[in-house]
Amino acid sequence: MPELTLDGVRVTVPAGTTVLAALQNAGLSPLRRSLSGEARGALCGMGSCYECRAVVDGLTVRSCLTPVRDGQNVCRLGEVNREL
Amino acid sequence: MKAIVIGGGLVGAACADALARYGARVTVLEPGPVGGGATAAGMGHLVVMDDSPAQLALTARSLQLWEALAPQLPVQADYHACGTLWVASDEEELAAVEPKRQAYLAAGREATLLNAAELARAEPNLRPGLAGALRVPGDSVVYAPVVAQFLLERAGAIVRREAVAELIGGGVRLESGETLRADLVVVANGIGAVELLPGLPLRQRKGHLLITERGPLHVRHQLVELGYLKSAHGNDEDSVAFNVQPRPTGQLLIGSSRQFEQPDREIDWPLLRRMLRRAAEFLPALENISALRSWTGQRCASPDHLPLVGPHPHLDGVFLATGHEGLGITTALGTAELLAAQVFGSSSELLEHDFTPARFERVSEVVHA
Repeated sequence: MPELTLDGVRVTVPAGTTVLAALQNAGLSPLRRSLSGEARGALCGMGSCYECRAVVDGLTVRSCLTPVRDGQNVCRLGEVNREL
Repeated sequence: MKAIVIGGGLVGAACADALARYGARVTVLEPGPVGGGATAAGMGHLVVMDDSPAQLALTARSLQLWEALAPQLPVQADYHACGTLWVASDEEELAAVEPKRQAYLAAGREATLLNAAELARAEPNLRPGLAGALRVPGDSVVYAPVVAQFLLERAGAIVRREAVAELIGGGVRLESGETLRADLVVVANGIGAVELLPGLPLRQRKGHLLITERGPLHVRHQLVELGYLKSAHGNDEDSVAFNVQPRPTGQLLIGSSRQFEQPDREIDWPLLRRMLRRAAEFLPALENISALRSWTGQRCASPDHLPLVGPHPHLDGVFLATGHEGLGITTALGTAELLAAQVFGSSSELLEHDFTPARFERVSEVVHA
């Protein structure tokens, strides 16, 4: 099973999981914040709403469309990370 | 008077608003969402342009009308008087700035020359070595779909989500089969006008835009390279130009591209790459910013880059307000003032210029003579 890092925590998830599902299963919420500070998270789950954006290995991606891979480094967007 | 406006983009909404002000009862026919066509696809840059005396008059008057409207707009319209910097890459381009500045001043628009050092202070993220810029502080940006909705509500217009099948004497026939009668029909549905009126001299001109994530790269003005004018009005080949707009969110909206005969909505990835490379030549830090979304839209271009505003040459009671190419948001308000002047005999300085659809017939008569 792929082992990856979610906001600095190492987790193991079943192959075929999306990065979004991995984040949600790890309880990492919200995914990001709006300009005015409101919580934001995945809405459509199919790549249209762009609300599930996260940084995977340095690139901002739609996490709902991104399958997990062994060794991935996943971070929520900066505005959430700075709260940690 | 009973009026029908075909098209619920910003031009149609502004025309509905102007007609209602003179007492017309207005019905707007728009099969899609209000402001969902070219109105939503564009940058919303309110910009004075001087390619021709008529274009300068129309854009300058429209900017005055925008300034008067701005205090009434809802916050969601994101109206922001950021000004434009026309960036000169070299001394040759900078030499073209002074005549442009004089034209703007003559049209009542403030414009100042920035030398290389002043430009670097005004926009420190631009690459070093640029020659200077023309600063036009009265230009603005706006989120146009919100303005379209606002104007339709202010007009008290009835908006029906219906497509028009054809123009008939004294009204329209809807695709549903229903007939609507009116004293005046205004065709303001952009490129859709050619489906109702085949033979109009209008062509689609596709454009790409891209918006970035919020990031550390900030600019203060809408930044446009002076070479944009070559891109906008050069030959028929695909072209790109540096054109970047700061959004109130800290995102950057990046343009621009122009392509004739590409009626689809697909992203042309090689062209988008060219467009972004051009932008990064001026703003090198763009290389490190993530894109959020990119999309395309269709401008509706006329042969002389001026809109068609005025009575249809052969159809009684039919007026046109289309063909605005890349300036439909800027010039929607001037267009509406001009249309009202043509319909109701009210005053407008814009009547001094020929925006009427009939001008193309006169040209072809001359050519054929």
